Amino acid sequence: MAIEIKMPALSPTMEEGTLAKWLKQEGDEITAGDIIAEIETDKATMEFEAVDEGTLSKILVPEGAENVAVGTIIAMLAGEDEDASDITAETLATNDASGEGKDVGRESSEAEITKPAKKSGATDPEVPHGTNMATVTVREALRDAMAEEMRRDERVFVMGEEVAQYQGAYKVTQGLLDEFGPKRVIDTPITEYGFAGIGTGAAMGGLRPIVEFMTFNFAMQAIDHIINSAAKTNYMSGGQMRCPVVFRGPNAAASRVGAQHSQNYGPWYASVPGLIVIAPYDASDAKGLLKAAIRCEDPVVFLENELVYGRSFELPELDDHVLPIGKARIVREGSDVTIVSYSIAVGLALKAAAELADEGIDAEVIDLRTLRPLDKETVLESLKKTNRLVIAEEGWPTCSIASEIVAICMEEGFDHLDAPVTRVCDEDVPLPYAANLEKLALIDTPKIVKAAKKVCYRD
Amino acid sequence: MAKPPKNKTPQSPAENPEFALHSLQKEFEKSKRYDASSEQLRQFYEQMLLIRRFEERAGQLYGLGLIGGFCHLYIGQEAVAIGLQSALDGDKDSVITGYRDHGHMLAYGIDPKVIMAELTGREAGISKGKGGSMHMFSTEHKFYGGHGIVGAQVALGGGLALAHQYNEDGGLCLAYFGDGAANQGQVYETFNMASLWKLPIVFVVENNQYAMGTAVGRSSAETEFYRRGTAFRIPGMKVNGMDVLEVRQAAEIAFKHVREGRGPVLMECETYRYRGHSMSDPAKYRTREEVQDMKDHKDPIEGLKKILIEQGNSEDELKAIDKDIRKVVSEAADFAENSPEPEASELYTDVLVEEY
Repeated sequence: MAIEIKMPALSPTMEEGTLAKWLKQEGDEITAGDIIAEIETDKATMEFEAVDEGTLSKILVPEGAENVAVGTIIAMLAGEDEDASDITAETLATNDASGEGKDVGRESSEAEITKPAKKSGATDPEVPHGTNMATVTVREALRDAMAEEMRRDERVFVMGEEVAQYQGAYKVTQGLLDEFGPKRVIDTPITEYGFAGIGTGAAMGGLRPIVEFMTFNFAMQAIDHIINSAAKTNYMSGGQMRCPVVFRGPNAAASRVGAQHSQNYGPWYASVPGLIVIAPYDASDAKGLLKAAIRCEDPVVFLENELVYGRSFELPELDDHVLPIGKARIVREGSDVTIVSYSIAVGLALKAAAELADEGIDAEVIDLRTLRPLDKETVLESLKKTNRLVIAEEGWPTCSIASEIVAICMEEGFDHLDAPVTRVCDEDVPLPYAANLEKLALIDTPKIVKAAKKVCYRD
Repeated sequence: MAKPPKNKTPQSPAENPEFALHSLQKEFEKSKRYDASSEQLRQFYEQMLLIRRFEERAGQLYGLGLIGGFCHLYIGQEAVAIGLQSALDGDKDSVITGYRDHGHMLAYGIDPKVIMAELTGREAGISKGKGGSMHMFSTEHKFYGGHGIVGAQVALGGGLALAHQYNEDGGLCLAYFGDGAANQGQVYETFNMASLWKLPIVFVVENNQYAMGTAVGRSSAETEFYRRGTAFRIPGMKVNGMDVLEVRQAAEIAFKHVREGRGPVLMECETYRYRGHSMSDPAKYRTREEVQDMKDHKDPIEGLKKILIEQGNSEDELKAIDKDIRKVVSEAADFAENSPEPEASELYTDVLVEEY
């Protein structure tokens, strides 16, 4: 059977090219791998190799022809058993449009229509009446979450710098080595990119790794594995290969450690489809959400805060305290203004709410808890009630979670707004070392109070 | 409260007085070629030829615009994947590689149809058309991709090896990367941990002489890649990657070492890619004569063909094999061209596993 030789696409973007030169002539014998022509693209002159064997029976596009569309039949090749002279252009089949298969008839539809509706209704489980409330630090809550999940599931292990013998750089993994041994509590060298990759690969291989970063500042060395290897795997494999890994550690500003150790990566990770991003504030949420993260089939970035590790909160003493991912929590109900926050800024927002109450403003405080997927419903419901909204975020304002909340309020809550949505964030500078400058740069309670009063038109 | 130190391994590599480098190379030099049965030889031939014909066809489909984006062909390197993967224990061992991954999948015997359909971005593709040439996986075969970031698969392979060790399943991980990836820092981070923890992993450098357009000598201070494990006390092996029997023999030695719990091996397979780095590479950084010389004198398929003929197989028999393979590849190409594209409703599926 005669074989059609078509104008090849020689780069991902090539649509047409110049047939610069024929290196074989009609009647020439051709074997696979022979260079038959030179083709000029917008980028380079490329050699065009034959794939099939036979005799070049007919050249249909002469050399020098410009703007030859990809897919145009440029020559015919006769197979071993046929007479080259029998082949004529008339026998040619109709040319397919370039870049298309024979899948005519497919209905195209708007991408947005295909987006599944968010599952709603997930709420924190009821704490049974009479449950004892223990007072524990966030540090202990996180450690207990890991220990409980390690007892529950043999596949769960912890790896990271100083997690085992040193008992954790911030003592979050204290006692785990003694209980679970070196197989399941693994000290790594200082090699973030490498051990993030090993952790991710172990998750692909069926384990449930908890990868601790001493701080998330160092995870920038490893961000390729978090995003390219972990977040995209399930999608790229058509749902075949999962990656249930938890990356956790302290995030955002600590105290007087300078610019390179003081950054909030919440907005970075929250922008990536395929990741779950959790940033709890209190001990109960830290424990309940870390347990949920470890059980989760998806890769999770779990952002803690060093300054909160030592704070004590009430935590229900339950056998299995697991909280829903993707659900914000109203930590203080109010009716005049909504303050949306997460992580350490929740504490500042609560203080601000108390001060505002003294001035007769009743603020509602929302802790987002999960940054991706973001619980829009809780935010918008609150906005409907208060009609005024401030976001308090310990992080830079540009392209922040605050920016995202502003966009959501504009797109989906515009009719409920009585004042512009206002961001209260850190200053837009690398964090300075000097005590006075650091204080100036970071979000604080007075800034939140001021913004809340402004959107209430009270000064 | 001083606690007694608990080491991950009872003895770290640094404390091992017996350690000597290249011990595996010595053993390999004793007998470099695998003693294959005639049935195995034919099988190697068929498998390598399948990769060759598949890739030629993929190149053709790319030229027709049916395959988009990046498409990295394995032509010339067939003996590496077949020599190594034929020695694996399919029930236990895992494989991971970079973006030049079609050959490694075919070496597993995965249906060429679902591979080609992935290349054309169709619903029937092994990743439902959402991965493409560089992102294909088969967890059923313990093939873990198919990764597009140069060198990332080495650290991920370390993780797969950690899972083998953790589960005590007796498996090993075969992690392929190129001479280009060999200059990525994370490769050495992984070497360090793999050696420290004695992970069951064979690192394979497929040295095809060019990191995209840059010849090894222009990018690598040490071009003898098998030596690059030395600083981590990982024994190296240098193997002719154009000879499937030599690769297979090296695999036997390396796999035995790893299965005995003695830690990783670094194997360099010297090979050559006939085509450009990807389909859009005109390959002007080397001469046509250089490529032709390889094809004429080092071709892995022609080399094995000679042996098969010496052993009494006729030209006609071998031609018949080729004909059958061409048919399989043609069917795969037709399937890939005529299968429907994914439904629009697939756009938002598989982003996450669970609902929140």
